[in-house]
Amino acid sequence: MAFLSHLISGISLGSVYAIIALGYTMVYGIAKMLNFAHGDVIMVGGYVSFFAASAWGLHPVLGLLLAITVCTVLGVAIERFAYKPLRQAASLAVLITAIGVSYFLQNAAQILWSSNPKVFSSIVGNTNFPMLDGRITVSLIALATVGACIVIMILLTWFTGKTRMGKAMRACSEDKAAAQLMGISVDFVISVTFAVGSALAAVAGVLLCSMYPTLTPTTGAMPGIKAFTAAVFGGIGSIPGAMLGGILLGIIEIMGKAYISTQLSDAIVFAVLIIVLLLKPFGLLGRHVTEKV
Amino acid sequence: MKKSLLTMVAVVLCLCMFAGCSTDAPSGGGTQTDAETASNEVFKIGATGPLTGGAAIYGIAAKQGAELAAAEINALGGLQFEINYQDDEHDAEKAVNAYNALQDWGMQIFLSSVTSTPAVATAVEAFEDRVFGLTPSASSTAVLEGNDNIYQMCFADPNQGSATAQYVADNYPEAVVAVIYKNDDVYSKGVYDTFAAAAKELELNIVSETTFTEDSQQDFSVQIADAQNAGADFVFLPMYYQPASLIFAQANAVGYNPTYFGIDGMDGILTLEGFDTSLAEGVMLLTPFSADAQDDKTVNFVTKYQEQYGETPNQFAADGYDCVYAIYEAIQSSDGAITVDMEAPAICEELIAIFNGGFSFDGVTGAGMTWNENGEVSKSPTAVVIQDGVYVGVK
Repeated sequence: MAFLSHLISGISLGSVYAIIALGYTMVYGIAKMLNFAHGDVIMVGGYVSFFAASAWGLHPVLGLLLAITVCTVLGVAIERFAYKPLRQAASLAVLITAIGVSYFLQNAAQILWSSNPKVFSSIVGNTNFPMLDGRITVSLIALATVGACIVIMILLTWFTGKTRMGKAMRACSEDKAAAQLMGISVDFVISVTFAVGSALAAVAGVLLCSMYPTLTPTTGAMPGIKAFTAAVFGGIGSIPGAMLGGILLGIIEIMGKAYISTQLSDAIVFAVLIIVLLLKPFGLLGRHVTEKV
Repeated sequence: MKKSLLTMVAVVLCLCMFAGCSTDAPSGGGTQTDAETASNEVFKIGATGPLTGGAAIYGIAAKQGAELAAAEINALGGLQFEINYQDDEHDAEKAVNAYNALQDWGMQIFLSSVTSTPAVATAVEAFEDRVFGLTPSASSTAVLEGNDNIYQMCFADPNQGSATAQYVADNYPEAVVAVIYKNDDVYSKGVYDTFAAAAKELELNIVSETTFTEDSQQDFSVQIADAQNAGADFVFLPMYYQPASLIFAQANAVGYNPTYFGIDGMDGILTLEGFDTSLAEGVMLLTPFSADAQDDKTVNFVTKYQEQYGETPNQFAADGYDCVYAIYEAIQSSDGAITVDMEAPAICEELIAIFNGGFSFDGVTGAGMTWNENGEVSKSPTAVVIQDGVYVGVK
């Protein structure tokens, strides 16, 4: 029975990782860069939603929409001002810039909202469902997170597979120069990618803070790193891969803590990552693309 | 024309040289006063603490407490203090840089560092330079080890752990105890180690011991399930209030409501913005400071602090406040042996003699505090319990 409740914790934690990982994987797949500031956009989403509810008394759904709007604008702005000027630069320069943006966001949040932790009240309330004669308890937020994760994945798969914009994104992902020749505005596609990724970050931020309710300027940092791991685990660039990687990572983390050692939980997570990468160097669902010269 | 320009440049350069000669001129951050008064009438008290970063809440609180005390003392018109807090970002290397900046500024007395890891690093420097240090809140014993000139205003970690074990054994001998601690934190681990040792001696029934780290302090479902399945009715949380607030919420969500026991780091939980204080109902902790105490000193401190900074002071603010007052009283008790024009090493020897020579101090974090030669403070912790969102003394 304890196993079942650990499994539920693992899946709901993993669903949050999965939503964050989707943002990483989309940006990497299309812009071919690691946006390390993604975790901090999550934090901004959490703060916007927090102030919407506590300071302005908005309905949680409006708060969520506001957070999505702010994060989308922020994501596009980060891309425009920090990454776009470096489009032709070495990928290492872009990576360092992303780390810089991450620190910038954390410190800006600290100046704006102070480092005192704030307690986030769950957007769906604190309802719990006792199951199996009350032997395990499932919280509504855990169900909402898993549900949101599935819905987002279906929407994204549809978006990239069926829409015109999605096709343009896949074209850019395959070959930017060729896409440009076919009349696709690569800059616009990348901006849209950042907008979608950051909107997902806002959703993830609100769900993360609803599950684990303290909010500080560094709230997004560690989940961001874990989700990045999840994206690599599942195969970076692959949307179902990010989803699978996120959920597996959550389950491994919780099970490792429960049955092996609470002290080694993160070491176990990364050990599994290394084993997977040794066996499948492109992640669980990643595909190997041959570089053409 | 050219010649007069040259003369002017020469004059300016000369002036610069003279300015350079005055070694006591304030440089770097802190409150700037003009060089004349700074060199003659003001004690220069330096300190480092995390003013930015994840631990900034502690550094800022200690800084504000210390500055409030200095402002009160300066208003009395006798001894004058100037406080210079440098940011160490809770990082040992940056703390040493901050310490060096304070030395360049002409620091005479050192309030050490606010958090333990930087304090260990700056204590070594202060020991070599013979600068007297009194830390508000770096509670690790490693801060004091081998340094005869570093003193603590807070309890040393071992005392908190063993005092808690003793308290539980005396009052709840039948308790079935679980412990959750932060394994990568010298504070949490330090308290846990002495708690575990004392608990073994006192034959407390500990059924569950689980840990977490800086990187995994969000999901506590496993730790809570472990304590719950082991049948613990008493959970000891040697940690700061932020992870503790998550444990309360997550345990409550699965219907587990044991008696919680915290340490001084738990202080602050009631002022956590947006926190549902009913979750902390019945939480007990041993603490030297409670903002709701009704004695004159505390009421005066809390009121002024709220006026000045718009928030309720926590333990760290109180410790910072007490540090400055302790130094003030120690200097006064020297009967003029310590003067503002003395160098740091001379002041250091005098202060060591005073702190080891039966000096007793009444502050907001305790009455009749004394220090032993290791630099550990002796004051009695009081047990408080949270009832209806406020601390109430335990009978």
